[in-house]
Amino acid sequence: MSKIKTFHVGGIHPDKFKISSEAAISDAPLPQTAVIPVRQHIGAPAKILVKKGDFVKVGSLIADADGIISADVHSSVSGEVIKVEDGETSGGYFEKMITIRVEGDEWEESIDRNPEINREITLSSEEIINIIRQSGVVGMGGAGFPTPVKVDVPEGKKVDCLIINGIECEPYLTADDRLMQECAEQIVIGAKILNKALGIQKAIIAVDENKQKAIENLRKITRSYVGVNVEVCDTKYPQGAEKQLIAAVTGREVPPGCLPIDVNCVVQNAGTAFAVYEAVQKKKPLFERIVTVSGDGIENPMNLRVRIGTPASDLIKLCRPKSDIGKIIFGGPMMGTAVINADAPITKTTSGVLLMEEKSVFVPEEGACIRCATCVNVCPQGLEPYAIAEFTRNGEYQEAKKIHVLDCIECGCCSYSCPARISLLDYCKLAKYEIRKKK
Amino acid sequence: MWYFLRGDDENMTSLMFYNMAILAAIAVVSAVILYFTAKKFKTESNVLAQEIAEILPQANCGACGSAGCQDFANRCAKATSEDFKGLYCPVGGKNVMTKVAAKLGFDVQSHEPMVAVLHCNGTCDNAPDKVEYTGLKSCRLANRVFVGKTGCPNGCLRMGDCVANCPFGALEIDKKTGLPKVDEKKCTACGNCVKICPRGLFEIRPVGKDGIRVYVACKNTQKGALARKNCKAACIGCMKCAKICGDVKIENNLSDIPACVDALQYGEMLAQGCPTGAIVYTGKINNE
Amino acid sequence: MLKVSTAPHVYSKTDTVSIMRDVIIALIPAGIAAVLFFGIDALITIVTAVAGCVAMEYIACKMSKIKPTTGDLTAVITGLLLAYNLPCNMPVWMTLVGCFAAIVIAKFSFGGLGKNLFNPALVGRVFLFVSFPVQMTTWLKPQFLDFMMADAVSSPTTLGILKHAPEKTAALEIPSYLDMFTGNIGGSLGEVSALALLLGLVWLLYRKVISWHIPFYYVATFFMLNAAFWLYTDDFGYEPITQLLSGGLFLGAFFMATDYTTTPMSINGKIIFAIGCAILTFVIRHYGAYPEGVSFAILIMNAFVPLIDKTVRPRIFGTGRK
Repeated sequence: MSKIKTFHVGGIHPDKFKISSEAAISDAPLPQTAVIPVRQHIGAPAKILVKKGDFVKVGSLIADADGIISADVHSSVSGEVIKVEDGETSGGYFEKMITIRVEGDEWEESIDRNPEINREITLSSEEIINIIRQSGVVGMGGAGFPTPVKVDVPEGKKVDCLIINGIECEPYLTADDRLMQECAEQIVIGAKILNKALGIQKAIIAVDENKQKAIENLRKITRSYVGVNVEVCDTKYPQGAEKQLIAAVTGREVPPGCLPIDVNCVVQNAGTAFAVYEAVQKKKPLFERIVTVSGDGIENPMNLRVRIGTPASDLIKLCRPKSDIGKIIFGGPMMGTAVINADAPITKTTSGVLLMEEKSVFVPEEGACIRCATCVNVCPQGLEPYAIAEFTRNGEYQEAKKIHVLDCIECGCCSYSCPARISLLDYCKLAKYEIRKKK
Repeated sequence: MWYFLRGDDENMTSLMFYNMAILAAIAVVSAVILYFTAKKFKTESNVLAQEIAEILPQANCGACGSAGCQDFANRCAKATSEDFKGLYCPVGGKNVMTKVAAKLGFDVQSHEPMVAVLHCNGTCDNAPDKVEYTGLKSCRLANRVFVGKTGCPNGCLRMGDCVANCPFGALEIDKKTGLPKVDEKKCTACGNCVKICPRGLFEIRPVGKDGIRVYVACKNTQKGALARKNCKAACIGCMKCAKICGDVKIENNLSDIPACVDALQYGEMLAQGCPTGAIVYTGKINNE
Repeated sequence: MLKVSTAPHVYSKTDTVSIMRDVIIALIPAGIAAVLFFGIDALITIVTAVAGCVAMEYIACKMSKIKPTTGDLTAVITGLLLAYNLPCNMPVWMTLVGCFAAIVIAKFSFGGLGKNLFNPALVGRVFLFVSFPVQMTTWLKPQFLDFMMADAVSSPTTLGILKHAPEKTAALEIPSYLDMFTGNIGGSLGEVSALALLLGLVWLLYRKVISWHIPFYYVATFFMLNAAFWLYTDDFGYEPITQLLSGGLFLGAFFMATDYTTTPMSINGKIIFAIGCAILTFVIRHYGAYPEGVSFAILIMNAFVPLIDKTVRPRIFGTGRK
């Protein structure tokens, strides 16, 4: 057994609440209508290729990447396009969405629906990157950065290590955990494919230590794959953050304002590796993902394989919500967003739908800072949130910039642990917003 | 003076001399250092600019487009009579500018008095809260998280970033409506609220004759039914106002009454003609 | 109604009140020791100081028209610490003057909780010390389990003996290590029992209320300085362990120098602060006019906290790796 690895600056240990870790992944029923946003990733929205009245199949390309930092969008259902207009997002804003009325479940012929695992990697690096691009794969951990951009190493940069992020440090979420338990081999093959695309031999699958079954599973499988190793990391938040994960696994620290590639690393989520496997080996574009539906407002927590565009309310109904729901969160409770529109569609980046009961929604009441230094101690980036908050309150954003507010990874450790319940993260976000605006 | 130094004790005298010599030396060295530092770090300022700066309100609000009152004064001091036409301190207004012009020997340029107006009428009654927001009370932040308590993607978030950022205390959240209220007496039209509002709801408009203005208090570009779902006072782009006055433009389901529309002539008609109450007329409305 | 907020959506259970409650719990052993050794007088002083501080805080809040902050328990801690810094036979009205200095002058005139530059309890103590030097330096001999303190006689503190008595006799009158450790010596209420203070420290560390840095560096630096001077110079006739166990060193190092508000934020800053406190304590004890220097050392270092916070910053992730 190798040593358990972790990062050494800050971090917290929130209660885990992994109540859905024993629930096997099951298929969510097809929605009656799927609403597919054309912007589910960081970057430019995709260009819409279909119009009202068109008939699409599962896996048909319905919107094309617009520029390099963008991603293709595929239909997740078969049926008739009934609307191509603004739809309401989870935050209540309106964005371009394609609404499809579901008729049957007819897949594109090119998709290989044979459940057998295809282990042979025959394609070249360029071909792989091309397929990943055409399949609309984006980072599935939450940020949604287009994967082909990350895998296509720019000139002058060198990569020597691929890290598959199997860490789910957010409370409640178990989607990646279940995926690693049930589809470990596919993830390992996905890692090998990414290795080939990057032109390197080494891949590390990092899993946190509370996922013993996934670790066992992956260890068993990686024995027959040269170059793929499993590293066990401490169960600590935010272990799954890119920079912290690199520090834990390789000991390298990404300098402020730099990307993982600057320390010769590429990090991909386990879910992304699975999507890469499906795209390359099965010719299946990214149109479904695993979503954890959990939280104390849910009677029957589940891990569901969901078609992109399914309204979240469908999933919530399936998992039997309790009567008085106080908050609905897309993503984890530490970094996820509270939503006002539960009918909003599941996107490529929605890793979880959490429901909190009215009585368990904590409303922080800001008190006076007692200078306890907890925020300084827990910040994984070594920042001073208390000072940033003070500068932000006074409108001195440039001063906040001088103490590196732009390096904030918005993990929320400071707000979580502040005993005076000061929304420190909010002040940091505000300062970042103001500094970026002024540029 | 020398009497004190001529003590009986020779040692004492020499000690005092040493002390004085050392102190004098320190003084000279310090003076030299001070002289050169002052010369090196001398700031750009001349007497004229200084005098102008003293006239200015010293609010450093940036409304004039300069980095502060001193910067404005410097620009005035350097300005030709042509340049000076482009320089105006809206905070000090005509009073201050007359004095500045007199200092420079230029003519004072006439500027219409301006005031900030809020293009939203989503009061607590018109646009009731649909959800509760429990994060940091900041419009700029909330704007990034969600659409706002009322559900209107263009309306006021009612958390008062503009109030906190008004350098003149001219804004205040009205307890009854939940919206920021402009105190016309205090407002100097500095434009800080225009800059801070994440939804661009403020506009600096001419105060108008006798303080009578008419404008559309809505920025919602959604279709009528959708807009009305969230706010009773939303502009639905019904074109009624455009029929009353030809200068009113309607774009993206949203009416815009430009400042050139004569409020005295059309104001009352426009406000009464609006079916939703999105048009605000600051004059008296005669109900008979 | 559905609630919407910014992330995070879960919070730790530790809040200001729970922290303050832990500090109070940590202070209880020292209080029990004080009552055991000094009887009813100690109890009266403690109760007066706590009640006085809470009342002052309430009045100060009312006067400045803000919501009373007495619920956060910080005034209770200030009261306890102030009482622990006083001799047991302190007149009640003087204790109340100390409360006034602590809460109104040191805390509220700086802006209340979290804004004060100096430790309120220490300001209260020093205020009393310079105002009523006689009462503040009259110590009673502890009467173990004699609640009414029937035949109390005055007795100097260990440090007083060390400072003022001729060197040779001093060696004779110094109490045994056991007495100093358990608290059977003359001195301020809370400072006498090293055992009780250590129990409190263990609780604070166990509950993660404070980090170990300040107590450790304060005590260790102080011990090393004394040891070095004791070993290598002839003037220092008293050995470091006596220095360690006598006076308010433990009380100061565990409870006063670890006060959140008046100490630096970063770990390195805390270490600098603690070492500064230790050096100043050493200097005042050995070269100053007063036998005890802990309160002045901490107050002086308090004044440096803004400077330390400004210069000593935590290492930004990804920069300047050791």
